[in-house]
Amino acid sequence: MINSTGTLARIGRITGVLILVLAAMVALGPLLWTVTTSLRTPAEAFGNPPQWIPLHPDFSNYSAVFDKIPIGRFFFNSVIVTGLIVVGQTITCTLSGYAFAMVSFPGRSVIFGIFLATMMVPLQTIIIPVFVIIRYLGLSDSPLSLVVSALGSAFGTFLMRQYFMQMPRELGEAARIDGAGHFHTFLLIYAKMAGPAIATLAILNFSGFWAEFYRPLIFLQNQDNFTLPLGLVGLQGNLGTGSISVVLAGVVLAILPSVVLFIFAQRYFIAGITAGASR
Amino acid sequence: MSAVAADVPKAVAQRRSHPTAHGEARFGFAMIALSVLFVAVFTAIPIIASLGLSFFSWDVISTPQYVGLKNYQQLFNDGPVLKSFGVTLGMALAIVVLQLTVGLALAVLVNQRKLVWVRTLFRTAFYLPLLASTAAVSIFMGYLFDYKFGVVNYYLGLLGIPNVPWLTSGFGAAATIVLIAVWQQLGFTFVLFVASLMSVPTDVLEAAQIDGAGPLRTLFRVKIPLISPTILFAAVVALINAMQLFDQPYIMTKGGPGSATTTVTITMYQKGFQNLQFGYGSAIAIVLLAAILIITGLQFLAARKLVFYQ
Repeated sequence: MINSTGTLARIGRITGVLILVLAAMVALGPLLWTVTTSLRTPAEAFGNPPQWIPLHPDFSNYSAVFDKIPIGRFFFNSVIVTGLIVVGQTITCTLSGYAFAMVSFPGRSVIFGIFLATMMVPLQTIIIPVFVIIRYLGLSDSPLSLVVSALGSAFGTFLMRQYFMQMPRELGEAARIDGAGHFHTFLLIYAKMAGPAIATLAILNFSGFWAEFYRPLIFLQNQDNFTLPLGLVGLQGNLGTGSISVVLAGVVLAILPSVVLFIFAQRYFIAGITAGASR
Repeated sequence: MSAVAADVPKAVAQRRSHPTAHGEARFGFAMIALSVLFVAVFTAIPIIASLGLSFFSWDVISTPQYVGLKNYQQLFNDGPVLKSFGVTLGMALAIVVLQLTVGLALAVLVNQRKLVWVRTLFRTAFYLPLLASTAAVSIFMGYLFDYKFGVVNYYLGLLGIPNVPWLTSGFGAAATIVLIAVWQQLGFTFVLFVASLMSVPTDVLEAAQIDGAGPLRTLFRVKIPLISPTILFAAVVALINAMQLFDQPYIMTKGGPGSATTTVTITMYQKGFQNLQFGYGSAIAIVLLAAILIITGLQFLAARKLVFYQ
């Protein structure tokens, strides 16, 4: 009896590990194929069986992708757009998150309530008016349109507010008694302690906006203004490069910054996912 | 004269007693000003504008024409648009169910691993697809699932299975896009569930063990009820996202073959930005928003019975 339950438990454990390994292979397989195929010569790129280990890596696709499409330009646009949004939202959300958490002013809970309500509304359902407003502002077909319309964030405000609310109020009160102004109290005491929350918000925004496809597709027309995801889809489509290995080289280049960031800041990625669950 | 004289000390006293409250309020408004401005212009006003535009006929160039409920009447008689709602609902439900069940199963299995580095390894593996953009994923998945040259059909061929029309048949394309979306988004539910399973108190698990509960019983009677608030959150977020499914079908199939993968957002994009029917496009957007709110409401209603709050 004891022996049979022991065997049963062991079978269960081994099955569990097998399922995990299999699932990990399914999760990583397509990514690995993308990397290894980007290192095959254009001629053999679509040849099966696929080469899972690049024995003779051919880096020519990586230079070819720069010749075939203005990927440097796309990269530049993506860096500017994503960078400005990350910096901009860090400022707007830190300021407003602090105010909603620590400062009392009339209408605070009503305004915050409206913020929370807008969080429920998906971007796609308001994209037409946003596009019209962008047009009125004279930002049509400009990468800046992506930046300006993303500078405010109800979710980011919420995230920062949650973090500031956990901080002790006594610190600020002590600083105020010592004669520090409101803004100094915020900047020199509380904002300094908000590092982890700022990092989480910045990482969330980076990974979200670096990968964004929908707004660029709608806001941008001229290829010179394209961001990476939009440019890559064009590369795959009518621009035709003759080989999928060149396209995949572009794909790898686009994913690389996120992977590098993930390696160094994994815990903030995880924090970004679990942060929302605390609502 | 005496009235004025009497008022002066009162005013001074008032200013003295509330100087910080007054300054604090001003400071508060200054701090929220930027966020309020941007959220108002690019989120709050567009919600109202979207609703407003849905009662107009507008091609962006000429002056908008008020048409009352005509856009909505047209929508509820527009076969292809109605079908896109059905397609979206079907694909979204499939995505959410798979994302939750597979994510939970893998989280439970990873959570059983004792070694921290093993857990980190699997977590990284399941998280990596989330780092790629949907555009990038759509591009390489399109190659992998290619009918003639794709790696997937190649390996199935080795097993003696004839080529599967993954993206070139109606049902196949919808199912393949669902699988690809689940493949990419799995990290989200997985990470949430792992974090939440870790927070289940060990004394509760020990108590269950002492009471003679086996691993499966502990899972369904103890762990899942305890993390049910997280499951609800994951279900709500995943569904809101899935109802907006756009990138993968737009890039891989252009909504085809036929209209098999034409989601609501693709319909809205075609009507709004390709045909320049901004009023009609807005009406579709409002109905989509209503659908999302209703489904989210239903989820919370179901949660009243199913979710266990400590």
